[in-house]
Amino acid sequence: MTQVNNSLKKRKKDLTFWQKIYIPEIIKGLSITMKNMLRPKFTMEYPEEKFIPPASYRGRPVLVMEQNGDERCVACGLCSRVCPALAIEVQAAETEREKERYPEKFEINMLRCIFCGLCEEVCPEEAIVMSKDYELAFTNRDDAIYGKDKLLIPVNQLQDRIEFLRKYK
Amino acid sequence: MPKITIDGKEIEFKQGQTIIQAAEDNGIEIPHFCYHPKLSISGNCRICLVEVERMPKLVIACATIASEGMVVHTNSEKTIAARNAVMEFILINHPLDCPICDEAGECKLQDYAYQHSIGESRFVEEKVHKDKRVQLGPHVMFDGERCISCSRCIRFCDEVAKDSELTFVKRGDKVTITTFPGEQLDNPYSLNVVDICPVGALTNSDFRFKARVWDMSRTNSICYGCSRGCNIEIWVRNNEILRLTPRHNEEVNSYWMCDHGRLNTFKFVNASDRIDSPQLRVDGSLQTVNWDEAFSFVSNKLKQFSKNEIAVIGSPYATCEDNYLVSKFAKTVLGTNNVDFIRHLDPSFADDILRTEEISPNSRGAELVGVTPTKNGLALSEIIKAIKEGKIKAIYLVEDDLLSYDPSLEESLEKLDLFVIHTTNFNASCKFANVVFPAATYAEKNGTFVNIQGRVQRIRPAVATTELDRSLDGMSLSRLDKFGTEFDRWAQGKKYDAKSTWKILTNLSAYFGQKYKYQTSEDVFIDITKNISEFNGLDYESIGLLGKELSLEKVKI
Repeated sequence: MTQVNNSLKKRKKDLTFWQKIYIPEIIKGLSITMKNMLRPKFTMEYPEEKFIPPASYRGRPVLVMEQNGDERCVACGLCSRVCPALAIEVQAAETEREKERYPEKFEINMLRCIFCGLCEEVCPEEAIVMSKDYELAFTNRDDAIYGKDKLLIPVNQLQDRIEFLRKYK
Repeated sequence: MPKITIDGKEIEFKQGQTIIQAAEDNGIEIPHFCYHPKLSISGNCRICLVEVERMPKLVIACATIASEGMVVHTNSEKTIAARNAVMEFILINHPLDCPICDEAGECKLQDYAYQHSIGESRFVEEKVHKDKRVQLGPHVMFDGERCISCSRCIRFCDEVAKDSELTFVKRGDKVTITTFPGEQLDNPYSLNVVDICPVGALTNSDFRFKARVWDMSRTNSICYGCSRGCNIEIWVRNNEILRLTPRHNEEVNSYWMCDHGRLNTFKFVNASDRIDSPQLRVDGSLQTVNWDEAFSFVSNKLKQFSKNEIAVIGSPYATCEDNYLVSKFAKTVLGTNNVDFIRHLDPSFADDILRTEEISPNSRGAELVGVTPTKNGLALSEIIKAIKEGKIKAIYLVEDDLLSYDPSLEESLEKLDLFVIHTTNFNASCKFANVVFPAATYAEKNGTFVNIQGRVQRIRPAVATTELDRSLDGMSLSRLDKFGTEFDRWAQGKKYDAKSTWKILTNLSAYFGQKYKYQTSEDVFIDITKNISEFNGLDYESIGLLGKELSLEKVKI
């Protein structure tokens, strides 16, 4: 306490004349501003200009769609089981394909999703991956539930993330 | 009693028991695939190898008779090495398709692979390919690649179902299971092979891919299909029953149940013809009304008839509690002695394994709690006759279908002054009903059934109605039930506005100025135990999971 009082007293005494008239200090400050104005910009003119995240980014989870339009997912339900926020609902059904099981319904509630990436980590088929999509805004609860129509993304658009996973997972 | 030492623990065993049985009786688990307590010993999976002191080699615990002074090690270095080796051999040709396999989560091979396997495969060659998706019978699908050739299903058909349909063919790693030429796996107990299959080789066509086992809740209950009263588990997800499985009860059904019970006794619970609220006939058609309107209509109407003009018909499909109140309501509130119930018999259904001639679960219970005519009351056949003669003007029918039972009643039912029905689903009789009360199904209420052996067993609610709350009413909860909210699509399963018959009658009696103080079905049961001598001294807790035999003369089964 005493120390603070002492320093306050000291400061009043210590101010020089130039400091008291303030103008040189303003010039000093403005010069820093001017210097930074000439440096390269880091901000973006969102939404005109969009941020493209690196492969390590965890955006909304999506399902991988193979070249032939089929989903990779076999509806094992592990993502749904591991999801700590219970965001994923899967209903399996039988198909004629070699892998006899497919998701008849696959819904992710984006209001529940916490982008932890556990679904991607647990997936035995590399069928659910985190995308670079971060633009998620809804006006009602129903819009926030993404079905297969919104979740299925062609595999070539997800190559970046899949390579990242193969390297580090 | 002779003694044997397993893992340093001295245990007693019965002469003639094998090591695995002695261990099982004392809570020591020795891993096994082909051994099943109710099937003959086959000894082909080799996973139950144990080390017995002074024996030169390891022996299989399932086929080695325990003898006095034996010292067995189930976790010695040698045993563990052998077990790992057996697991490795079994897994050589087992496909790694747990993600698409329905058995995942309740698979013995999966569990043991975690517990007793080194976790890696040294097998780099191509696995053997066999037939997949083979329809062995009307209800069972077979996947040859997943089969570990334990022969449990073959032995089940031979020994329990007494209908040899399955056999091994080929040799070595090509060995597979098939039906005999011209045969199908279509015995009335075929689906039990799905339960005893330790892997996902045999699957239930009716349940395939419907749900993961860890997403469902399970509730201990009793099968509704016949008066055997097989102990079952009801598997529910999102308030919908997805499958029934047998529950072990040595006194009743052992480990088994029949396909009819398993497949045909739960679908009506979520069927589209369920009655969802009380219905009142206005201008010739049934219209939805609230409970109060229905109660006051029925009570006002019933008061207009004399005792002898009313007949009350109970139900062998309803619980003892329900039937007790049917009888009490008829005899004290309405004052009629015309009380009986319809017996549903089908001699062609009976066999000498589990199925009984009586195809309703609780006719003995209905009889015991007093749904029988007293004094000069009319029995069922007389009631039917009196309806045709027009002497009976009002019928109160509980959880049954009078018109299907006797189609010749069609004209006379139309002429009735009052016809009140409690029913779960719309049935033929509803066509002539003035009032239909929605009754809760056996999967939506607490209660008791008395089976053909005179054993009282409990049913518990597995599916919630609008008046039930899964957690507050102590129903079993799956993970999804615990955390679901009204905004989650996977937690919005349909709940019907239905009540147990005992509750409907308790509420209705209040309109006659009779106030029964029953809050729960257990209150009703306690009343039964006080008034009906056979039930003396029982309560829900003492009935427990496996039921209690009533003190009555044993009937011939």
